[in-house]
Amino acid sequence: MASAPSKLYSDDVSLVVVLLDTNPFFWSSSSLSFSQFLTHVLAFLNAILTLNQLNQVVVIATGYNSCDYVYDSSSTGNQSVGNGRMPSLCATLLQNLEEFMNKDEQLGKQEPEGRIACSLLSGSLSMALCYIQRVFRSGLLHPQPRILCLQGSPDGPEQYVAIMNAIFSAQRSMVPIDSCYLGAQNSAFLQQASYITGGVHHKPQQLDGLFQYLLTIFGTDLHSRNFLQLPKPVGVDFRASCFCHKNTIDMGYICSVCLSIYCKHLKKCSTCGSVFGQAQTQSDEPSATNRKRKTTDA
Amino acid sequence: MSGAAQVTKRAKYKISVKDPGTPGALRMNDQKLMFMPDNRNSGAKLVVEFKSIQGHKYTKEGSNKPPLINLANAQGGSYIFEFDSYADLHVCRDFVSKVLEKSKETPNAALEKSAVKLPDEQLSEEEMQLRIKLLQENSELQKLHRQFVGGNILTEAEFWAARKLLDIDPSKKSKQRVGFKSAMISDIRPATDGRTNKVTFSLTPEIILQIFAEKPAVHRAFLNFVPNKMTEMEFWTKYCRAEYLSRTKNYHAVVAEAAEDEELAVFLKEDDILANEVRKKIRRVDPTLDMEADEGDDYTHLPDHGIFRDGTKESNELQSEHYRRTLLQDLNRHAAVVLEGRTIDVEREDSTRALAEALARSKRGNEGADNNANEERLDRTPRVAEIEDLQAPHCLPLAPLSIKDAREYFDSQQANTLKASRDSQASMKCSLSRQEAYGSVRDAISEIKDMGLSDPIVNPEVALKVYSGLTHNISSIKYHLGKNPRETVLDRLPSATKEKLLYHWMSIQELLKHFWSSYPITTPYLYSKVNRLKDALSNIYPQLEEMKESLPADLRHQVSLLVRPMQQALDAAIQHYDADLQKRSAKSGEKPNGYI
Repeated sequence: MASAPSKLYSDDVSLVVVLLDTNPFFWSSSSLSFSQFLTHVLAFLNAILTLNQLNQVVVIATGYNSCDYVYDSSSTGNQSVGNGRMPSLCATLLQNLEEFMNKDEQLGKQEPEGRIACSLLSGSLSMALCYIQRVFRSGLLHPQPRILCLQGSPDGPEQYVAIMNAIFSAQRSMVPIDSCYLGAQNSAFLQQASYITGGVHHKPQQLDGLFQYLLTIFGTDLHSRNFLQLPKPVGVDFRASCFCHKNTIDMGYICSVCLSIYCKHLKKCSTCGSVFGQAQTQSDEPSATNRKRKTTDA
Repeated sequence: MSGAAQVTKRAKYKISVKDPGTPGALRMNDQKLMFMPDNRNSGAKLVVEFKSIQGHKYTKEGSNKPPLINLANAQGGSYIFEFDSYADLHVCRDFVSKVLEKSKETPNAALEKSAVKLPDEQLSEEEMQLRIKLLQENSELQKLHRQFVGGNILTEAEFWAARKLLDIDPSKKSKQRVGFKSAMISDIRPATDGRTNKVTFSLTPEIILQIFAEKPAVHRAFLNFVPNKMTEMEFWTKYCRAEYLSRTKNYHAVVAEAAEDEELAVFLKEDDILANEVRKKIRRVDPTLDMEADEGDDYTHLPDHGIFRDGTKESNELQSEHYRRTLLQDLNRHAAVVLEGRTIDVEREDSTRALAEALARSKRGNEGADNNANEERLDRTPRVAEIEDLQAPHCLPLAPLSIKDAREYFDSQQANTLKASRDSQASMKCSLSRQEAYGSVRDAISEIKDMGLSDPIVNPEVALKVYSGLTHNISSIKYHLGKNPRETVLDRLPSATKEKLLYHWMSIQELLKHFWSSYPITTPYLYSKVNRLKDALSNIYPQLEEMKESLPADLRHQVSLLVRPMQQALDAAIQHYDADLQKRSAKSGEKPNGYI
């Protein structure tokens, strides 16, 4: 029956790629504990898989030094591990997550200085987009992909260019990026990501009700979003942050080669290394001409 | 505009053609025409604005009618004037048509024409036309232009400095060189005069250029012989004689003449330069050339292979190929030259000598390029030899990249102003060391593994609170911002307010752009520019206030939220100006020679 598969792939089949922030420095100082967070997320993933038989979930861990896939619901190697107290999804995911954290710890040797270090959001976004591209090329019958970003760490200004590139390529492939920000401040990157790609951004007020937020806002598939009202942010913070001090600025200097933003005039761009031309300084030249004029008069 | 600004002629004003007419004087200037009858009391005085004149008709010279001009006005009436002579009629008619033409343009265009051109600017005609076109098409730009340049805040040059027009105009066509004709004009035929038995060859520079391009031996001969050995006329005479001879089938005469006259022989024998070139070309054949044949290659079914050269048949009685040129050789050579393209313009070269030298120069220039092309070809061969069937399919669903209009970001600024005031810089510092941090995460994971997921996952009260909070949030946003997710605050305002707001925003952006680009101030010109801009900026505050006052109270709050970022931008600019001014006056206090 050739038509049966097409009937199964109805409009509301979705592939959700979840980017899980596993930055230990953030989680150790967050009001929501990591175990509570994982509980909410695991329940949510289960819920997505029950919404439709063909739904798929992929989880990518965004670590401090690296990113990696920790769970793929469509892979057949999901053996039931553990003591049967929880579904195999959770067991597999937790197992993989533990291995990932061990590897991540081995990779980095430096202590973060002062502020909370940022996780590698650009890396996991890129991995998600590559996975989705593979799904696109697998043929005409595939679930509708979207990316859900669960992030708590602050924005790393050094990742600005990479994240913007990822956002634009997601826009081009028509993949919405939903984002749920769990940290204290606002994340300009995630707001822009959701705005540009047509996804939903939300910053939950009550973190212990995270599961409810996830299910209400981020659980719906793309087709149903046409008839649902989802929370809309009042305004998007489009300001960029300067690369030298990480302040959000309205006006600044921009390198014409790599478009990095600085708040004060520099001789050389720190991102791409291009040397800027000299602006005329106001003190030297006119005084020289004044002097010249004086001597010719005399 | 040439011509008098005013015309005065004697004429008779007639109500209709049959009317004998009232004699008097007709005076016309740019705005109106006046008719004053000789007899002041007759009451036929007339003053008509040209604006109300739609068209004009006049009698033709040479007909038997008297010289009349008939000016039709908008209401359907007409004014008929009879002149004393046709000369008068022509003068008046020209004047009227000029004035009518001018008044047909919109008054804006007239203003722009005078505004856009400056006496001290070297503007090309094209640039001016582009500016006028742009102003007419884009009404916002026109408003800005009128406000700033008309109000003497910015000069023309400054306004257009940021908008480089000539570079971006897509309709600008680069002057294309006309290539060689496909017809073989180098195949010159004489005009024969039966009576005097003379044959006349006519050579134009175009033909000469083609001859040089197709026959490099002749080109070389020209460069060598003229003007040393013979004059140009002699050269061409010999060449034409050679052509004539080769066209006659008298092969023996050809050989005889060639033996006698060395120079003539040059024209008759095989072109050795060409032969060398062909040998080189054979070695450089491109293996990546796609030789797929299609219908256009089928010339075998056309008579004479598609070319009609000579009605007579060619005979094959010759042994030596030395003085023989075949049709195919000529044809191929001509085709090759045409496809190579033209590198020099005939009109620019005055004499044939100059033409020949220019051609020689351009040929030498091409040789260097050929070697590079050769290497490129060798590189390209492995890359191009792909097999199409093995390529992956390229069709993926793609959304086009959309770069949004800057005005869409306008209304999100209000959120930023609120956030900026509320943003606290306190970031939670991580007090744990690396090991401890990782350790705590690992502990959390093992905790879940042991305990399983908590039950219930979410406390029901908390869930309810979250849910109702969300619902309230969504409905209040819907109430304030509208159902459409892309609808913004701006759309809820009356359209006049919206227009005014956006207009203010645009003009502030424009002024600020010029303001910030003038710093650091290095010349007195920039200093005066900055002063002008600062005055204009300070004038905007009362305008914004006035707009806010004019609104009903319920909208006032929203509009003031929207206006706040504009005021902040203005404040920042004026602050910078004041700080800079202070710095300067402090500096100039040190220097006694009054440096500004």
